[in-house]
Amino acid sequence: MAGAQPAAKVELAGKLPDSSHRTAPHVTIRGLTKRFSDATIYDNFDFDIPRGKLISVFGPNGCGKSTLINMIAGLFPVDAGEILFDGQPISQIRFGYVFQNYREALFPWLRAFDNIAYPLKLMGIAKAEGKARVERLVAHLNVKIDLNLYPYQMSGGQQQLVSIMRALIVEPEILFLDEPFSALDYEMTLFMREQLQRIFVETSTTTVLVSHDLEEAVYLSDYILLLSRHPARAVEFVPYEAPRPRTLKSMSEADFISTKAHCLEIFQREVRKG
Amino acid sequence: MKRFQALLPFVGVAVLLIVWSLTVWARVVDPVLLPSPISTFRAMWIGMTSGKLGVDFLKTVERTIYSTAIAAVIAIPLGILLGSSEKVYRSVEFLIDFFRSTPASAMFPLFLVLFGVGDRTKISVAAFGAALVILFNVAYGVMNARKTRILAARVMGASRLRVLWDVMLLESLPQTFVGLRNGVSLALVIVVVAEMFIGSTDGLGQRVFEAQQLFDMPDMYAAIFAAGALGYGLNLFFLTIERRFVHWSGR
Repeated sequence: MAGAQPAAKVELAGKLPDSSHRTAPHVTIRGLTKRFSDATIYDNFDFDIPRGKLISVFGPNGCGKSTLINMIAGLFPVDAGEILFDGQPISQIRFGYVFQNYREALFPWLRAFDNIAYPLKLMGIAKAEGKARVERLVAHLNVKIDLNLYPYQMSGGQQQLVSIMRALIVEPEILFLDEPFSALDYEMTLFMREQLQRIFVETSTTTVLVSHDLEEAVYLSDYILLLSRHPARAVEFVPYEAPRPRTLKSMSEADFISTKAHCLEIFQREVRKG
Repeated sequence: MKRFQALLPFVGVAVLLIVWSLTVWARVVDPVLLPSPISTFRAMWIGMTSGKLGVDFLKTVERTIYSTAIAAVIAIPLGILLGSSEKVYRSVEFLIDFFRSTPASAMFPLFLVLFGVGDRTKISVAAFGAALVILFNVAYGVMNARKTRILAARVMGASRLRVLWDVMLLESLPQTFVGLRNGVSLALVIVVVAEMFIGSTDGLGQRVFEAQQLFDMPDMYAAIFAAGALGYGLNLFFLTIERRFVHWSGR
């Protein structure tokens, strides 16, 4: 089945008009298998990630949430299976990845501006062009921080914002965030959620967010992927369709509360199974 | 209050000078063995400005800098090379640790045979000692580069060589400076010892030794203080460069 995938893709891209191409899944995961020394984390896992949506991955501790996006992003090798982006492997696409630990992910010897421009330097883009692109992104996102500072001179939230901008500078087809706000205090977390939502509304980049905070996962997402204990299955793919921009008020509305309660119920059922 | 804080480092110095003066004044120690601070500093001033002490001081500086420079030129690239592969480092770790633990002074006779009596022996033994210290620190600096940072560079599409150059090299700089500071201190120790005992006609070690032979105590203390000032100054020199160029160190 995995072998038939690329051929089907070519046919799809060739025949169908552009609009339906856009509704086709962005990422297809087929037969994904991953074992660590003593545990099978994924066993023949299949999943489709929709295009242009923000999805959150949520599940019990140690079920392999981060492992999943690390495999999708090509940071960890898979034992078996195939992950394709519009039929192409990760090496062929532009993507952005934001780490939880911004302190260790940014380069302290570079100013924030040069941190953001670094991926462009790797792509061999001329310095002046890179500078212009960073300035465009800054203006586009309406970011008001002094990018001449070094990361260690900034607050945690500012550093993570720089990390996110570094991920966005390549105009990624897909953006991965691994618990991006869990090292920030609550005030900063609220602020950063708004930043991420704004970026998503502006760019409509397919976004995969790993979160350990259900409130955050529901609030930010179009879909919440609920995983079981390992070997992880997709227990449910819960939609949350509240219009954007969502505000703190959205969190007190009925559909938010019922979606969150539903996710929590499934989560607890999965936790108890262990 | 702030002004008082800035004066704190001088308190210890003042106390030492007072205790020293009182000891001399009360004749607790034979004045031949312990000259007064004033005659010591006068000897130092005269020695540094018009006497032989200044020449010896510069000679020791020269030898220490040569040996540290040679050590750095050999040890930094080698340390990066060894540190970039943990397997390679583990295979030579025992050798490095063994020779790092061997007192460099025990190597004098060997180096004398190799290089004869002269500057080359002093400089090469000091370089040998310093190189191992620098090598060990650089290799560990490269090996302990933050995994997340390397992963971040890889995920952005950096090649292995690029990661080594853009990330590991810079990550190792704070540790490299620790190595350089320890290395230059060790080089100074070895150079001074070499100047005392292996047929030297100049240098601070020779000056201390000669003053002691002649029982010229103010001169001897002056030379000891000069050596102390040199050690402190070299350390401060590297610390200043480090603060300037490795501004992220420890933050």
